[in-house]
Amino acid sequence: MVDIPEHLLIKTAEARAKALGISVEQALAEMKGEAEPTTISKEPEVIDVKPIEVKEAPAPAAAVKADIPAEVDFAPETRVTQRLLTVVKAKPIQKPTSEPVDKVNTWPHLMLPEFISLMAMTAFLIFISAILQAPLLEEANPNITPNPAKAPWYFLGLQELLSYWDPQIAGVMIPLIIGVAAFMAIPYIDRNKDNKPSKRKYAIMLWTFFLAGAGTLSLIGILFRGPGWNWTYPWIDGVWFDDLLDWVHFE
Amino acid sequence: MKNEKIKFRDRVKDISAGLGDSLKESSLWGSIFRPGSPFRKGYSDSPRNRSYVVMNNVLYHLHPVKVKRHAVRLSYTLCLGGLSFFTFIVLTITGIWLMFYFRPTEMAYVDIQSLQTSIAFGSLVRNMHRWAAHIMVIVVFLHMSRVFYHGAYKAPREFNWVIGVILLLLTLLLSFTGYLLPWDQLAIWAVTVGGNMASYTPVIGAQVKFALFAGLEATEATLLRFYVLHVLFLPFIIVIFMAIHFWRVRKDGGISGPL
Repeated sequence: MVDIPEHLLIKTAEARAKALGISVEQALAEMKGEAEPTTISKEPEVIDVKPIEVKEAPAPAAAVKADIPAEVDFAPETRVTQRLLTVVKAKPIQKPTSEPVDKVNTWPHLMLPEFISLMAMTAFLIFISAILQAPLLEEANPNITPNPAKAPWYFLGLQELLSYWDPQIAGVMIPLIIGVAAFMAIPYIDRNKDNKPSKRKYAIMLWTFFLAGAGTLSLIGILFRGPGWNWTYPWIDGVWFDDLLDWVHFE
Repeated sequence: MKNEKIKFRDRVKDISAGLGDSLKESSLWGSIFRPGSPFRKGYSDSPRNRSYVVMNNVLYHLHPVKVKRHAVRLSYTLCLGGLSFFTFIVLTITGIWLMFYFRPTEMAYVDIQSLQTSIAFGSLVRNMHRWAAHIMVIVVFLHMSRVFYHGAYKAPREFNWVIGVILLLLTLLLSFTGYLLPWDQLAIWAVTVGGNMASYTPVIGAQVKFALFAGLEATEATLLRFYVLHVLFLPFIIVIFMAIHFWRVRKDGGISGPL
């Protein structure tokens, strides 16, 4: 026989003693086979199950019924005994920790739209490359300064700012502090956890102001600045923007 | 609506249906396309195979097997992040092609001229490279705005926004260094204006300009410097940051939202 460790035996005996209402020593003796096991004379709970009442078959069925032997009892008067084992409470065993997310397969639901959009981009790119010639002016000459000399278009908003403010502020401090540091710090400054547009009107307003300001400054730099960085009207004086050399023909 | 869905399923059922069975049964064909590929013989549209299409392909598995339902709506992202990446791919391909015909020396201008006049598709590829560069700057900026308006930079995605800002700066630097390469009057003076802005940096302004121009003004030494930055150094850096960016998108729980 397997040697059961003493401490486990005692633990089991305690449980048995508690369940049967006997002493621990008694339970231990019973388990070792030294005493007659205590039995409980508890009557099982009896549930009365009422016999199913069978209604008299309607007349047309009578013919069918005739084939069946008459002795067959359709509703035997039986007494079914059932025991209630346990009651399972109506709550889940596993507790979900996160909300279920509605997901779809990447193939084809994401990859097909992606493929279509990159095909559309390719078509658009080939189309504009076929009709619009990239600018190529005279060979670079450090001795001949064009008037005005303009930066690439995405820096023209800054170049426009340079004409108002000190270059250390407009040319360095604004791009470095606002353009880099402040942009990177946005998620650490905006501690509002909500991402519903109605709950973050202030943030949306700020960004929209930034877009409008940067866009306006860039457009002024691109279209409304001529020789000497003086104000010009594109529809009167023409456009000084060589990126769009073969694009815009106002003159 | 229901009817359209069935049609869509039928369409993706077997995209290699037109190919001959003898070709698809060959061991060569089977060795190229891994199990689950829609090009393999006997591909059927099942959830299991839909997972394999993504998992068993080195390019596609940039994506997760499943994405949130709202994320596949074109109106949510406008595919701007994907298109930023795609314009970068187009720029890499056209850029490598252009490198065959370009010397970053005093011959640069002549090379661009002969590229446009005497090389097959030279003008088209140069135009594609230039317009795609402009489009990339615009698309990256629009992507940034889209992310802001959706509040997609919020926890746990704060750091991916920071990487995104670095990617925007690298995009601008790539565009700016490429601007000089045609070596015409537009290029040299735009870069001179940009370099002069950098020279206003407090304390180390002169040194910044000297490092950028490899001298006191834009010369052929600047051309070589910008060329190396444009074709090697900056693409190398931006690819590293793009890898981190894409990886973080997935690690931070996929795309943000729904709103």
